[in-house]
Amino acid sequence: MTNENIAEHTVEPMSAADANTEHRITVRGLNIFYGKFRAVADVDMDIEPQSVTALIGPSGCGKSTFLRSLNRMHEVIDNATVEGTVQINGVDLYGPKIDPVQVRRKIGMVFQRPNPFPTMSIAENVLAGKRLNQRRIKKDEADQVIEQALRDSNLWEEVKDRLDAPGGGLSGGQQQRLCIARAIAVEPEVLLMDEPCSALDPISTLAIEQLMLQLRRKYTIVIVTHNMQQAARVSERTAFFNIEGTGKPGRLIEMDTTEVMFANPTQQATQDYVTGRFG
Amino acid sequence: MSVSTVEIANAATTSPFDNRTLTASGRAMIVAASLVVGVALSAVLGGVAIVRVVAIAAVLHTAALYLASLRIEGRRRAIDRLMTSVVTGSFVLVLIPLVSVIWTSIDRGAARFDGAFFTETMRGVAGAGGGAKHAIIGTLIITGLAAVLSVPVGILVAVYLVEYGQRNRLSSMITTMVDVMTGIPSIVAGLFAYSLFVIFQGPGARSGIAGAVALSVLMTPVIVRATEEMLRLVSNDLREASFALGVPKWKTIVKVVLPTAVGGILTGITLAIARVIGETAPLLIASGLAQDTNLNPLSGRMTTLPVMSYYGYVAPGFPPEAGYDRGWAAALTLIIIVLVLFTAARVIAKVLQPKGFR
Repeated sequence: MTNENIAEHTVEPMSAADANTEHRITVRGLNIFYGKFRAVADVDMDIEPQSVTALIGPSGCGKSTFLRSLNRMHEVIDNATVEGTVQINGVDLYGPKIDPVQVRRKIGMVFQRPNPFPTMSIAENVLAGKRLNQRRIKKDEADQVIEQALRDSNLWEEVKDRLDAPGGGLSGGQQQRLCIARAIAVEPEVLLMDEPCSALDPISTLAIEQLMLQLRRKYTIVIVTHNMQQAARVSERTAFFNIEGTGKPGRLIEMDTTEVMFANPTQQATQDYVTGRFG
Repeated sequence: MSVSTVEIANAATTSPFDNRTLTASGRAMIVAASLVVGVALSAVLGGVAIVRVVAIAAVLHTAALYLASLRIEGRRRAIDRLMTSVVTGSFVLVLIPLVSVIWTSIDRGAARFDGAFFTETMRGVAGAGGGAKHAIIGTLIITGLAAVLSVPVGILVAVYLVEYGQRNRLSSMITTMVDVMTGIPSIVAGLFAYSLFVIFQGPGARSGIAGAVALSVLMTPVIVRATEEMLRLVSNDLREASFALGVPKWKTIVKVVLPTAVGGILTGITLAIARVIGETAPLLIASGLAQDTNLNPLSGRMTTLPVMSYYGYVAPGFPPEAGYDRGWAAALTLIIIVLVLFTAARVIAKVLQPKGFR
């Protein structure tokens, strides 16, 4: 399972001082259910702060389900439940006193399909998280949040002249970056991305990958992807999920630095998957 | 006499994608022949009347075009032409009563569609003269009150059904009840409202509010149904996007789901209003007939346009033509109010609808 003794990855984005304010995610004994069906079984995982972690694996292996359990989005679905612990800074997200709404404010999420709010303008979309959560924000503070989030998501130059235009009028790639801007405008600590590029063309995909490389200085990023080149390009660590067969739960097979996972994985299944001899 | 003087079909070229087709002159011949036979047949069947000629010609044309197309263009094109004829014919058939109703209302309502009709009431009027001011005001008050009573309830029920009661016992019970309510005859709703207010105000009590309650019984299920449909159309992606920003569920519903669906909800409300604004039976029982303007819905009888229209025929007074004319003018006014409502709803929905999505 998880290799506990992996060498520190080569990219080291933070200093030792930063390490104290970091947000390492520790997953222990996680089982995820849809009703009685166990979709994901016995996952132990450590997710490094301020880095990009990629989750790969064949369709239906539970990687998206696992991702959604990291910010308690899984339980939005009827009868969906989780057993085990997900700790961030030593706090169990599934503890009895934890409010899932608060968890989601700290751990943002970007979805597979761009989903800007159709009733809102570009600016309102960026502000949506803040506006819907807080009472009111002042005009100049709002402008600052909008510009910062859009700059961080590489969208500012393209939309700065039409912030009042509807968010739905943007191209797919722009909409996805708008959704990223919306997610980071609430200043989360962790950003979960569920196949953020699967609906995008290669140019938009490149823009978002570059964005991830920038964002990892500020945020802990976990990305689910079907694109192995993408995992290799953007992530520092990679986790491989697999499923034995239909009706069986998905399991974490192996997790290591991305270089090791792609060049020299310990498990045969991983080797088969990353070289395309499987699934 | 050779047919080839008029080309009725284009010859197929050598291209494998080309086909023989009916020409414009060929189609014109079919139309002309259908009309000629139509005139001849209707003369035989009892005189040339426009309606009879058109009906016979339409049926003949459909058949002739199908057969000609089958000979020249082949089976697929022939069926296409047949279906086009059937669909167009059905459309015209449905349009006939609509146009007829509107035309009759305008034709017969125009006589009294004058200034006095909108400024005078029926107070002290026995024969000619008088107006519908009281009935217009009554219609607006009663329908408005009914909307105030049923819109919030209807929307909240729909929100519960879609957002909270996912397939649980209570929600399936509510859905059944709503279905049953949709089927309540309007006269029963009127009797219900009447007997409800008799409890408070004594026997014979008739008032605007009683009518509004009767109408809201009819309106609520329509609003629940329409709103439910619209809320279900809102993509789950948007709810998840909102949840993922740490927005609580109630706020997601109020700020994201409802605004996204607002256009459709408004249309549903308008349809519900249009459904009840023309109700006569329940208002006869619950609100009665008044000759003068009554602005207080809580007490006293209140007349609405359909009730006035009804009495224009039941008790036209003398000379009866004056009563008939007032009845038709009231009907015309009602149609215009409904049209204005629909237009307004369309405009508002257009303004509020999500922008940028095609």
